[in-house]
Amino acid sequence: MEEQNMMQRFDDYVADNKKIEPKDWMPDAYRKTLIRQISQHAHSEIVGMLPEGNWITRAPSLKRKAILLAKVQDEAGHGLYLYSAAETLGVERDELLEELHDGRAKYSSIFNYPTINWADIGAIGWLVDGAAIMNQVPLCKCSYGPYARAMVRVCKEESFHQRQGFQIMLNMAKGTPEQKQMAQDALNRWWWPSLMMFGPTDANSPHSAQSMKWKIKLFSNDELRQRFIDMTVPQAEVLGLTIPDPDLKWNEERGHYDFGEINWDEFYNVIKGNGPCNKQRIETRRKAYDNGAWVREAAVAHAEKRAARRNETAAA
Amino acid sequence: MSKKNWPLFEVFIRSRQGLSHKHVGSLHAADARMAIENARDVYTRRMEGESIWVVPAEAITASSPDEKDALYTPADDKVYRHPTFYDLPDEVKHM
Repeated sequence: MEEQNMMQRFDDYVADNKKIEPKDWMPDAYRKTLIRQISQHAHSEIVGMLPEGNWITRAPSLKRKAILLAKVQDEAGHGLYLYSAAETLGVERDELLEELHDGRAKYSSIFNYPTINWADIGAIGWLVDGAAIMNQVPLCKCSYGPYARAMVRVCKEESFHQRQGFQIMLNMAKGTPEQKQMAQDALNRWWWPSLMMFGPTDANSPHSAQSMKWKIKLFSNDELRQRFIDMTVPQAEVLGLTIPDPDLKWNEERGHYDFGEINWDEFYNVIKGNGPCNKQRIETRRKAYDNGAWVREAAVAHAEKRAARRNETAAA
Repeated sequence: MSKKNWPLFEVFIRSRQGLSHKHVGSLHAADARMAIENARDVYTRRMEGESIWVVPAEAITASSPDEKDALYTPADDKVYRHPTFYDLPDEVKHM
């Protein structure tokens, strides 16, 4: 078929809400955009393990340690589902990791903030995973089959994460005045970065239109951000905590909460690599990868030895 | 370091006895045994399965989407293979 016909068929397929599968013809730009988007998403999952990993040994009880460990293990799994989805587009996982480690690839900026008290783990689960769910649920219906299927698995597991975070916040908010203060402090620090997770405003998001046409983005950044705020404000009220935005108020006419100006300078600055933990995160990642090299090699050697022994037995 | 990437395995899971195995995703592993162990760790953390198959991805032969039309034409014009093709008198309630 001619390129033009294939393009027509692809466009019709997507317009029809049919899924594109790995071996189907797709425009190069679609493939490239997807590789970038899915790998960034995968990187975010595995870098996202680091701020929480910081608290596994310090969580205040054995039960909470076990729960946090399970959550961080889930994030690793999410990374794997997503790397696998990216690989169906014809890239090698090692290439993607290399791009992460040498700074060419991006991941969600939120993970460049530090987790300095236990309530931060609550705030991450409640707000960061909450915002992630808001972003991810629509992607379960995106046009690329393997990505959509990976997102279904991710979303199923993610709702436990948000609830465990909310429970941490609830326990602290209902605890001693000091504990409540810690919860409030965590909310103060994580609120704005969580809102930034939805990306720049629609006016400053040049690729959004194309991605929406391709159905690999189904709602605009501002739309999802608004939804997140509308959902989260009543939850903060249940906690008895104050969202750190003096301009936040219900707008009867719009049927939404109005909110204050986001500090976009901070957002772009963290993306550029100048957030509080950018360097530390990448260093930790690189070290984990390099220190794991001998394990990967040993596994290959072991597998080869096992295969050779099997062959000997078969020959005898 | 000699670069030897772990091969890709496709993972199939039987969610419960009596159902067939279903493709759930893929992973890299040094060999099939490790693939099974890793599949257990990522794809059955919440009791999603009770039997796992792993297949080296390169061992799978797939039909090509380009020949979709040619491949499935033979079934295209045989509506009589479906029960709805046949008209039954109203008196026959169940068949």
